Amino acid sequence: MGRYFAIRIGRAALTIVLVVTFAFVVLRLSGDPALMILGPEAPPEVLAAFRKAWGLDDPIWFQYLDYFGAIAKGELGRSMRDGRPAIELVLERIPATLALTLPAFFFKVALGIPAGIYAALHRGSGIDRAVMMTAVAGFTVPSFVLALLLVLVFAVQLGWLPSGGQDSWRHAILPIVTLSLGGAAVLARFTRSAMLEVLGQPYIRTASAKGMPWRKVVTSHALPNAAIPTVTILGFMVGTLIAGAVVVESVFAWPGVGRLLVVAVANRDLAVVQCILLLVAMTMVTSNLVVDFLYGFLDPRLRAKGAHA
Amino acid sequence: MTPLVSIEGLSVAFSGVPVLRGVDLTLQKGEALGLVGESGSGKSVTWLAALGLLPRHAKVSGSVRLDGREILGARAAELDQVRGGRVAMIFQDPASALNPVLTIRKQLCEALALHRDLSGEAVKAEALRLLNLVGIPDAARRLSAYPHEFSGGQVQRIMIAMALAGNPDLLIADEPTTALDATIQAQILELLSTIRREMSMAMVLISHDLGVVAENCDRVSVMYAGRIVEQAPANQLFADPVHPYAQGLIGALPPLDGPRRRLTAIPGTVPDPAHMPDGCAFAPRCALAAEPCGRTSPTLAPIADNRAVACIRAEASRRALLGIAAE
Repeated sequence: MGRYFAIRIGRAALTIVLVVTFAFVVLRLSGDPALMILGPEAPPEVLAAFRKAWGLDDPIWFQYLDYFGAIAKGELGRSMRDGRPAIELVLERIPATLALTLPAFFFKVALGIPAGIYAALHRGSGIDRAVMMTAVAGFTVPSFVLALLLVLVFAVQLGWLPSGGQDSWRHAILPIVTLSLGGAAVLARFTRSAMLEVLGQPYIRTASAKGMPWRKVVTSHALPNAAIPTVTILGFMVGTLIAGAVVVESVFAWPGVGRLLVVAVANRDLAVVQCILLLVAMTMVTSNLVVDFLYGFLDPRLRAKGAHA
Repeated sequence: MTPLVSIEGLSVAFSGVPVLRGVDLTLQKGEALGLVGESGSGKSVTWLAALGLLPRHAKVSGSVRLDGREILGARAAELDQVRGGRVAMIFQDPASALNPVLTIRKQLCEALALHRDLSGEAVKAEALRLLNLVGIPDAARRLSAYPHEFSGGQVQRIMIAMALAGNPDLLIADEPTTALDATIQAQILELLSTIRREMSMAMVLISHDLGVVAENCDRVSVMYAGRIVEQAPANQLFADPVHPYAQGLIGALPPLDGPRRRLTAIPGTVPDPAHMPDGCAFAPRCALAAEPCGRTSPTLAPIADNRAVACIRAEASRRALLGIAAE
């Protein structure tokens, strides 16, 4: 069991290193922060001094080693725009993002899972078709389109809700709805197919054959099995809590991590982008690890395999 | 005497395609009936339909009476009492017939809680007794194990224990040994017949293995393309099959003693349920088929005591049988 998780944790660490490396290289090859921050009209000697001050004139492999050396000491760099530590900038944005993504996560689960279960249990019925059509619409429409649509209806036409900003709880409603609908659609489809798969299994027929009422067959035999694949997608959704709202935050001018990321990328504010990506990679990887633990809890067959691995 | 189960004109169609085309069957208390036929002949569907275990889109008609009481289309609560309580069923692939995420204890105790007035320690004690009865070694410890921790034969034993939990009057064993090794097969069949005798329980043994049926059943029904084509006491059917299909099945068995002979195979395959031939469904494969076979669909008619055949050419056989009986 210990070895099994040691391997998982080793892989997780490798994933984080790869993500950070990729971000590091791509950012440095795709634009000059000096030009972005000081502007193209800045005198060449000012640009040169800026590059020297931030170590941008060193060879890229040197910068890379330097970067990892700093991480080892717990330093994640400073923003090139205002000189504040990048981690500070990121951390102060996290509550705003969670104010959108946590309620959205709750609604995704509360809407998506029951809808998927209901559709599976009433396969082929009018309600099943309606749920699935909504679900397809929900995840094929890009979130920015949905966001704009909601703004058009509820902010512009009806004037019920503000179209952007973060002044009151009412400002959070449209972004949360946008995030919830898409996620609930994905979850509904996923839960439905997981349920259908399980309902077709012989052990469901066995449970019915021993005289168990259908409702009980569903709750005590079908759901625990359907939970196994559903947990995977839930883990993925937890992983996106920090940076899953990039588009929605941009559309609604919500000052969260996602918007910080967009601005930082545009400015090539290297330390800030890298800091966010490191954080995102770490949340993703952690939630994946938790999912792996949960698999062992939900599925005794994996528990046995883990014990021998 | 009211038969335990009497099925009349049972028909099943899946999205308009008939898979069961009027099955008539009776079963006496304590009787062991074999149901044989090729895959897709409707052996399992007959009993799944009778117990209301088919998917909702299956269209079921006819009549199924248990102790004279109609159960086809009965209320869900009533059917739940019948299933497991009066009629229990075990299935072909034991490995997937038990829920992989629940312990054996949980699955056994569920069945006990549904049909027996037991609670607390008594449930556990009864579960233990059942596991011992079906021969699971070290049962007390293994109650808390999961299905994947048992071998195929053991899982089938557990399925049998679970089926016995409700003290049923009838056990439907749907190809109970098909997925098992030959040596394990014999053990499971031995277990089934011992239990049947001890509990004086009726049994329907669904199998495509004629040998298994010959050894374990009093009476045999041969099914072909969604119908019963011949019904006879086991020894009579094997000694003297009347329907050409039954003759074909028995002709395809190698004899254990006597001179070697060439085994016969039935030519062709089972007709597609969506494109049933007119008249007798077996006619296209039948060596004895004559012109009228393509026109009229024969019904199951008695030819002697306890014997019935659905074949228009059976008249000749019937006369022969009666002639023997008259001597």
